[in-house]
Amino acid sequence: MINVTQKQLEFPMVMGQPYETLPDDLFIPPNALELCLESFSGPMDLLLYLIKKENINILELDVSKITDQYIEYIELMDVLQFELAAEYLVMAATLAEIKSRMMLPKEQFDEEEEDPKLALIKRLQEYQRYKTASENLANLPRVDRDFFVASTALPKFEVVTPDINVTAEDLRDILHEVLSRPDLKSNHQIDFEELSTQERIQIILSILAKRNIISFSKTLRKSEGRQGVVVTLLASLELAKDGHLELIQNESNEIFLKSKGRIGNE
Amino acid sequence: MSNKVSTNTIEALLFGAGRPLRLSEIRSLLENNGITEDLASIKQSINEIEVRYEGTSLEIKDVASGYRLQIKQDFSGCLSHLWNESTPRISKALMETISIIAYKQPVTRGDIEDIRGVHVGTSSIRSLLEREWIKVSGFRDVPGRPALYVTTKQFLDDFDVKNISSLPSLPEIVEQDSEAFLSEVI
Repeated sequence: MINVTQKQLEFPMVMGQPYETLPDDLFIPPNALELCLESFSGPMDLLLYLIKKENINILELDVSKITDQYIEYIELMDVLQFELAAEYLVMAATLAEIKSRMMLPKEQFDEEEEDPKLALIKRLQEYQRYKTASENLANLPRVDRDFFVASTALPKFEVVTPDINVTAEDLRDILHEVLSRPDLKSNHQIDFEELSTQERIQIILSILAKRNIISFSKTLRKSEGRQGVVVTLLASLELAKDGHLELIQNESNEIFLKSKGRIGNE
Repeated sequence: MSNKVSTNTIEALLFGAGRPLRLSEIRSLLENNGITEDLASIKQSINEIEVRYEGTSLEIKDVASGYRLQIKQDFSGCLSHLWNESTPRISKALMETISIIAYKQPVTRGDIEDIRGVHVGTSSIRSLLEREWIKVSGFRDVPGRPALYVTTKQFLDDFDVKNISSLPSLPEIVEQDSEAFLSEVI
């Protein structure tokens, strides 16, 4: 895009005359790029600067001249800061549009469409308001630059440490209380039961098939421990409920399992 | 004539705080210390301190977040050498952005971009947010729901003013006729 513009710029025609030399008053400082980036906050700022610097009558407002100068600047900027240049290029395009419109006969203007030149002037006016405002703001006294907040070293504070009246017994009691709190966060671990009630039912039935009656304690195996007792009891109760056996307890507190039918043999 | 003890206590509070204090804040701080004063007498005490400071290097300033004890600007040149690192410079672009927010609030980033004609980076908005000069006041009810920015009390405090209307007024477009404007500018 720039290259095309550059070729066109090689011999620009101004008022019918070839315009071969750069304007003498076009100030391009040696460190132009840096200067542009630092001193202009955007394309509006640059344009305003160029307009102010030019002394052209409004009737002869040479958008083409401003455009040329403008493009000279953005070409310098284009070298390094492409992202920034993009916004400057938009402005270049706007200027080029205005320039091309001015070459058309007046009648060809669409009445309803806003004159881009007027629109640009409005934007420049609006921008200038805030630019001036920002300069005013920058001149206001600012904290730690123009004025300082007064403060002073603080006096020594009296540190009050309240006495803690706690005995060793209190500590023990508190610890005990904490430890005895129900552990509401514990998880339930579910294991497979090692001893199956179903299996025990079969065992009891097979025993009762051989002998009609057996004491509860004789059906237990010592190695199975408490769990064995529970499983055997469950199995016995299950069988009693289904009417396969009878649970008898005599005065010696011993429980006997007595077969009721002959199911085990069948 | 207000109580000498409470006047001195108020001065101590302003000195110790190193930031603006509201009258109500001073009142509750005094109350904590068993001193009961109404807002009017606290204000009177502050006035007395101000009178006492005449001809010294100190002054009390009424800023957005309350009353602040500060060193008169005449001594700033001398004070600035106390610190090696100067306060970070605020770029022209950032000044334009904060000015647009200050005078046109609430604004979106797009509003700022429209006026400035450049992309306003996230970094510049973030740096203003980090300074606590601006805050998000809401979101504009348009597609994308862009954040609306307003200035904060901190911003006013740091520019030594009490409210937005105390800022220098925004220049008006005097010229009704745009062409007249241009001929003047040019």
